[in-house]
Amino acid sequence: MSAPTLYGLCAAALVGIGLFGLILHPTPLRKVISFNLVGCGAFLFFGIAARRGAGAGFAGDPIPQALVITGIVVAFAATALAVALILRMLEAGASTVDAKPLPPDDLSP
Amino acid sequence: MSLLVDLVLVALILMAAVWTVLVRDRRDAVIAFIVLGLLLSLVWMRLYAVDVALTEAAVGGGATGLVLLRACARLLPVEAEGRLPGPGTQIAAGLLSAIAAAGLAAVVLSPPVPYPSLAALAAENIHQVGLGNPVTAVLLAYRSLDTLLEKVVLVLAVIGVWALTPDAFWGGAPGSLKSKHASGALDLLARVLPPFGIVVGIYLVWNGADHPGGTFQGGTVLAAMWLLMMMADLADPPEIRLKRLRRLVVFGPAVFIAAGFAGIFMSGWFLSYPPDYAKPIIVAVEAALALSIAVILGLLVAGPAAEPPKR
Amino acid sequence: MSVVLDAFTVITVTAGLVFFLAGTVGLLRFPDALTRLHALTKADNLGLGLIVLGLLPQCPDITSALKLIAIWVLVQFAGASASQLIAQFVRRNEPGP
Repeated sequence: MSAPTLYGLCAAALVGIGLFGLILHPTPLRKVISFNLVGCGAFLFFGIAARRGAGAGFAGDPIPQALVITGIVVAFAATALAVALILRMLEAGASTVDAKPLPPDDLSP
Repeated sequence: MSLLVDLVLVALILMAAVWTVLVRDRRDAVIAFIVLGLLLSLVWMRLYAVDVALTEAAVGGGATGLVLLRACARLLPVEAEGRLPGPGTQIAAGLLSAIAAAGLAAVVLSPPVPYPSLAALAAENIHQVGLGNPVTAVLLAYRSLDTLLEKVVLVLAVIGVWALTPDAFWGGAPGSLKSKHASGALDLLARVLPPFGIVVGIYLVWNGADHPGGTFQGGTVLAAMWLLMMMADLADPPEIRLKRLRRLVVFGPAVFIAAGFAGIFMSGWFLSYPPDYAKPIIVAVEAALALSIAVILGLLVAGPAAEPPKR
Repeated sequence: MSVVLDAFTVITVTAGLVFFLAGTVGLLRFPDALTRLHALTKADNLGLGLIVLGLLPQCPDITSALKLIAIWVLVQFAGASASQLIAQFVRRNEPGP
């Protein structure tokens, strides 16, 4: 088995493990961490594509590599925003995940 | 022999991933995730993607880990650990995840022949932009629109985080990053390291034109130095109402857009560079972007304002 | 001459790896955080130091040699500071004897 194939299988496993954590954990922060795991696996697929597409004197296709750099930075921005939302939600007095949802506001006149 | 290294690396990564998902304590999960990020940057080295390895270590492991650790520290008293679902749901979730992973593995095991690659096209045109690093050439020349939009995403993320500020604190400074307990070691680190860190950050940006490195990697190192100084209480988080701060946030993207429009007059297309001046323009845009990225990453870690503005 | 330099590299890098191995075994076997830190510093200081020393004769030019030394110095500094911070955290959270 070649190294890119091995890492490809590793990426598939990472996505699987992340997906499991995403469903398993009821708390929002753990969901964000698990989602980042899925992201890591997805980025790794680009690495496989880059390595398999090596040619023209490059050890890897530069286009997937550049896309993944963009992806990692955007994933960070999304994580920071999600974490800020979670903290604000709890500050604003949101109930913990196990509690019953609050009744909706009565909007009828 | 070489495959043995890969096998060990994969085993460690899978252990870190399982630990991240299954460990009970929230902070342990974040630490396992940071370890995973560092291991993944080794994988990127094994795949000969040095630029990505630097980004993964700096942003994927470092900056993301810092945001999550900070969240843990602030969540601890508030959020109770939720109860996990029952065994039936767990088994169903495990099956679903296994099926998804198996499907992806099947795709990996049956690659198209010949494998699609744009490396030849990238190599053919690289002399036109005068850069030696193909990844930087893709980021700032061939696919520069993607990179520009990504900068816009970063600015929008800052606006999004700031928008979560409670009304009373609008315009004030983000919550302090400093530790509750003063530490001589941290203080010394924050006094000695930043001069070297700033040189390394600028070196990464400058070097990125021809060798691995670039805007994000350098910008993240600069942001790390700023955050280190804020943690050691040598610098205060800036008030978000400051005009100067807001100008710094949009400076890089604005220079990028200006260079894009200048391209219309100089060579006919938005974001196209005249071949003779391509390299100086790209390096100038990179320098401006690195500064803005450093400020943006620092602000994203610092979070929304948590103090009323000082008069 | 190059044979001597190669032999020097092999010997020092191997010695460095021995320190890394010892540090890792200590990290896994020692009972508490402070002794584990002690094991880790051996790997950081001597292990990495010996590996850098061994690689110096293999550098093509003086710039790469200086970069290697800079990496070692920075790791020393960061490692020492991080160890201090971890130890202070441990001291705060554990009741004294």
